[in-house]
Amino acid sequence: MNIVVLVKQVPDTATERKLSAADSTLDRASADGVINELDEYAIEEGLRLKEAHGGEVTILTMGPDQASDSIRKALSMGADKAVHLVDDALHGSDAVQTSYALAQVLKKIGFDLAVLGSESTDARTGVLAAALAERLGVPQLSLASKVEIDGSTVRIQRITDYGYDRVEGSLPAVLSVVEKINEPRYPSFKGIMAAKKKPVEKLSLADAGIDPALVGLAGATTQVVDFADAPPREAGTVVKDEGDGGAKLAEFLAAKKFV
Amino acid sequence: MSDAPGYGLADEHESLRRAVREFARAEVAPVIGDYYERAAFPYDIVAKMGAMGLFGLPFPEEYGGMGGDYFALCLALEELARVDSSVAITLEAGVSLGAMPVYRFGTEEQRGRWLPDLCAGTRLGAFGLTEPGGGTDAGATRTTARLDGGQWVIDGTKVFITNSGTDITALVTVTAVTGRGPEGRPEISAIVVPSGTPGFTVGQKYSKVGWSASDTNELVFADCRVPADHLLGERGRGYAQFLRTLDEGRVAIAALSVGLAQGCVDECLRYSAERTAFGRAIGGYQAIQFKIADMEARAHTARLAYYDAAARMLAGLPFKKEAAIAKLVASNAAMDNARDATQVFGGYGFMNEFPVGRFYRDAKILEIGEGTSEVQRMLIARELGVGPEGSRAS
Repeated sequence: MNIVVLVKQVPDTATERKLSAADSTLDRASADGVINELDEYAIEEGLRLKEAHGGEVTILTMGPDQASDSIRKALSMGADKAVHLVDDALHGSDAVQTSYALAQVLKKIGFDLAVLGSESTDARTGVLAAALAERLGVPQLSLASKVEIDGSTVRIQRITDYGYDRVEGSLPAVLSVVEKINEPRYPSFKGIMAAKKKPVEKLSLADAGIDPALVGLAGATTQVVDFADAPPREAGTVVKDEGDGGAKLAEFLAAKKFV
Repeated sequence: MSDAPGYGLADEHESLRRAVREFARAEVAPVIGDYYERAAFPYDIVAKMGAMGLFGLPFPEEYGGMGGDYFALCLALEELARVDSSVAITLEAGVSLGAMPVYRFGTEEQRGRWLPDLCAGTRLGAFGLTEPGGGTDAGATRTTARLDGGQWVIDGTKVFITNSGTDITALVTVTAVTGRGPEGRPEISAIVVPSGTPGFTVGQKYSKVGWSASDTNELVFADCRVPADHLLGERGRGYAQFLRTLDEGRVAIAALSVGLAQGCVDECLRYSAERTAFGRAIGGYQAIQFKIADMEARAHTARLAYYDAAARMLAGLPFKKEAAIAKLVASNAAMDNARDATQVFGGYGFMNEFPVGRFYRDAKILEIGEGTSEVQRMLIARELGVGPEGSRAS
């Protein structure tokens, strides 16, 4: 089975993240880049599916040069090879444009199953899986907490607020996963050494057959018009229990319309 | 923070360091305090360390190892100890005391029999050297082993043996007197005793000042019989063999000490930015700044010392003096940093629930285990040729 895992490099959520004042895009220089957390679960699921059904796991990343660190890590976890879509003209692309660019690459390299995290920790639009499935004309199986493959049928448990739905579709398909699905492995030293020799193919817009007019900040369908720091948290209200603590709490909650 | 690549680490070493750092933060830090309080062995953490290949780091792939080197092990130990020393010593003892003697001195048959499980971390190995009557004076070994009908019969007691009594302990390599030389000098050999061998009893688990989530026991051997082919290496070479084991172990303990020392810096950086006194963060006061600066300087210089010793070891150069220096300065750094870090934390530093409290309890043993600081000084002086006959240096 030809499994492609889409991996995005995002700023480390443990560090302070900023937007650039110049064009309101992510300031990538200000924070360490790491693999988007949910994408680690996608990599793990891709590897487990390969271990169970055979085939190959390819990492697909769109991002600047420094994203190669994240690609290398994904390869050290056990993926077989990688495709890196890297081109300055992609800077500032929004979710709609990104889905176009990645769909073009997926069409070019081919896939049976494209796996990705259900959202990224930076932009958090959470629409990529749906947009890719639409552009590629294949089923979308989203928010999977469990996956089974039986011949050309994919069955998942899709998490919901009330439990889960059982959903199935046929390959080729796009699959998005949630963190309940597995526990991602850590790279071993053997994996790290092996990753140094694994092929990473770099594609430009032209290589991937992407129309430059359809990507990049200038043609983005959405724009960040303004941004501001989150206001500092205000001090909370301290309710002192002088025999009437319960009543005071109830009053407070009622005033805020919680009860 | 000290997360930037430095010291010219090779890519693969730097990637490993980061992976272990991430592992320690995500898998160890949130849960280890609870194990420590209960003095319970963290089987699930050890299983995860095994799954990421840490126990196989310096061994060839043919035995289930990762094909790395001893320096890779040291980097892993440093990053683990930056968060917790109990899991770090479990790895250190499992690899450099448990599996390494089997790899280095074992026959092909012995390697094939024991190494795959030890490399996978599904089973642990231990090394029984220290006895109630002495550790440093290893030549005074009392434990005996005699051949009887194709079996070694072992009698004696070993103390403070790490990893010797867990549910997953596979074996203990014990040093024992197997005869006397012409001048009555004891002939010491190393013999592998699998867990569960009749006559091999694991005594009461110790109540320790630190390293509380690691497994340390007294071992008693009474008419304990193992097949003759459990002799590890040459008969009578046991002493020479473990000297090499100890030299390497010193570099590993130095790495672990540097981890603890750096962990103290990490904790103080965070705390001094959050904690306020007299209207500002305590990091704004020179009294705190100077303490943290000293702590960082100690951790940094101790790291350079163990990097140097490890580099010499890997290059096949003599490293006895450098290993002793690294162990001496790194354990000092750990002890000093733990003292300063608890001071920065004030009353909270005295609470077990804060990592620095654990660091304080874990630091002391570093000046004792795998050769006391006094032994390190002895070794350094001997390497310099300082002695009763006067200095060799002209």
